[in-house]
Amino acid sequence: MIGEILNIAFITGLIGATMRMATPIIFATIGEILVERSGVLNLGIEGIMLMGAMTGFLVTFISGSLWVGVLAAALVGMILALLMAFLSVFLGLSQHVSGLGITLFSSGLAMFIYRLHFGSPVIPPIVQPFTQVAIPLLSKIPVIGPGLFDQYMLTYIALLLIPLISIILYKTKIGLKIRTVGENPLAADTVGVNVNLTRTLCLVAGGALMGTGGAFLTLAHQNMFLIDVIGGRGWVSIAMVIFGNWDPLKGALGAIIFGFLDGLQLRLQGLGFRVAFDIFLMIPYLLTIVVLVGVSRKASVPAGLLKPYRREEKGG
Amino acid sequence: MISIRIVKREPLPGWARILIPIAAIIVTLILSAIPILIAGGKLWKSYYFLFYGALGTRFNLLETFVKASPLIFTGLAVAFAFRAKFWNIGAEGQLLAGALAATWAGIYFTGVPGFMLLPIVMISGFLAGGLWASIPAILKTKLRVDDVVSTLLLNYVMIHIMGALLFGPLQQPGSSWPRSSEIIEAAKYPMLLSKSRFHLGIPLAFIAVLIILFINKKTIFGYQSKAVGVNIKAAHFGGINTTSVILLTALISGGLAGLAGVGELCAIQYRLIKDISPGYGYSGIVIAMLGNLHPVGVLFSSLFFSVIIVGAQTMSRMTGVPYYIAEVIQGMALMVMLVFLLFTEFRIRVLRK
Repeated sequence: MIGEILNIAFITGLIGATMRMATPIIFATIGEILVERSGVLNLGIEGIMLMGAMTGFLVTFISGSLWVGVLAAALVGMILALLMAFLSVFLGLSQHVSGLGITLFSSGLAMFIYRLHFGSPVIPPIVQPFTQVAIPLLSKIPVIGPGLFDQYMLTYIALLLIPLISIILYKTKIGLKIRTVGENPLAADTVGVNVNLTRTLCLVAGGALMGTGGAFLTLAHQNMFLIDVIGGRGWVSIAMVIFGNWDPLKGALGAIIFGFLDGLQLRLQGLGFRVAFDIFLMIPYLLTIVVLVGVSRKASVPAGLLKPYRREEKGG
Repeated sequence: MISIRIVKREPLPGWARILIPIAAIIVTLILSAIPILIAGGKLWKSYYFLFYGALGTRFNLLETFVKASPLIFTGLAVAFAFRAKFWNIGAEGQLLAGALAATWAGIYFTGVPGFMLLPIVMISGFLAGGLWASIPAILKTKLRVDDVVSTLLLNYVMIHIMGALLFGPLQQPGSSWPRSSEIIEAAKYPMLLSKSRFHLGIPLAFIAVLIILFINKKTIFGYQSKAVGVNIKAAHFGGINTTSVILLTALISGGLAGLAGVGELCAIQYRLIKDISPGYGYSGIVIAMLGNLHPVGVLFSSLFFSVIIVGAQTMSRMTGVPYYIAEVIQGMALMVMLVFLLFTEFRIRVLRK
């Protein structure tokens, strides 16, 4: 038994599965970090991912092009994020409740549109999914090469987003504006930064990433759309933001750890281990909670999070 | 240049607070025309079957009450927790915990006298839901773990605990499906009206509304729970033990959700299955908001939602509009209500510069 686990093919497979399962969480976590750094908690994430998953699948099914599907998923994520911005930024409603509203609305809408187009088929329709792209030379490295460098294009994009968003947040003027808006909106406003516009743009950019993360699940990880395709991955991403202390690199690391547990569960099942399936599925969620217990005490939440920004206004 | 600002307004009179949810429901129903038309449904025919399906016959009307029962329980659960700003998004998991405990008691407690079994089953379900909700409450108060995230994640943990048990110790002997044996007769809710599924859980839900109303208005704990929700720091300095208030709030909130699970098990399914709840816990969030976190508001918004859920089945059958329109309408109702609530406190000002 131990021999089966420790052989090289298993480890290579596990690394590959880890990165695959981490990809949607990396997209969503980085998107959410961008949004939360500007001072908005987007609990619409789970629903936006589901709409992304459905839209990506549907548009690919119709157009025949996977990348058109991905773009459509990102676009739908942006539109739903705009709705979130209208409720939570422009109107200044409770971010908790607006976000949950977006999730409930989008989840219903995703199923509604899917049924509208496909009816209730006995066998779910499928698309030809993305195939892995091996990077020359790197993918030939023993053990880790085939796992890390023979992956989906979207996985590479997710990995590239980690340094990209880090640089934007910490090294550019735009990033400074975003962080100031998230920490001290009044100060940002005083120096001429448009607080609500900045938050809206961050929401929209984050929404695109969440939608793309959802599309990965129906266009690469699987080739069909099922109602529970997201299965709480949006909520896990919210947890990863806290785990990563609002830092893209640490958040992505959390996503990869989650991906590892998810991948391990898949691989062990593949080997036909007679372990209760559900207990394995439970572990990533349980460990996420345990990890939150560990990090929550020293979490450095953006000071402006959850607070809508309204300029002081006299009645008359 | 014209700029739009949102500014504070004078407080609205009491009657407006009652009219607002009604107006929100009307606006939602009007907005529902958009997805109906997109789905190619004929507008008046669709609305007709929506309401006929929910209210048109004795059986349909009673079915609407049957659906309302779990929604009232989960709506109350969420409203009671939100009032104390304990963000319990975990009513779904607590419902399952309640159903799980009730299954266990309903199958194995064969030794107790018949008339005592049902109360035991209900108490087990209440406690299971309450204890499951107290985990995030303890994590929040003792370890500062965000309650939104922990309650959400615990839903998935409970789904998988239930799955593991249904494929393991609780699985019906000889069955290959993830389902339990049937609970014994004495553990089932009595049916109260002939030729319908109108069961004990429906009056119980109405009683629960009254009990929560009483707790909120007439007890010290109800006052303390609200004080914690309004301003936890002030409540603490005012001498309220905020930790135990949040814990007790969570226990009651989770218990109510657990009772929703008991009802679905003991009156509808009679055996535990994975799909015992089609998301009642999540609907409870919308219902609580639509009801403005008030128990009577929860009652009416649950009834509105069950009209939509039951009516949408008939509408879907008669017009071909997908059944999931019910969920779209629920989501829209929440957002419309949010916007309406905002304008009880604020108004839009257009400024010309």
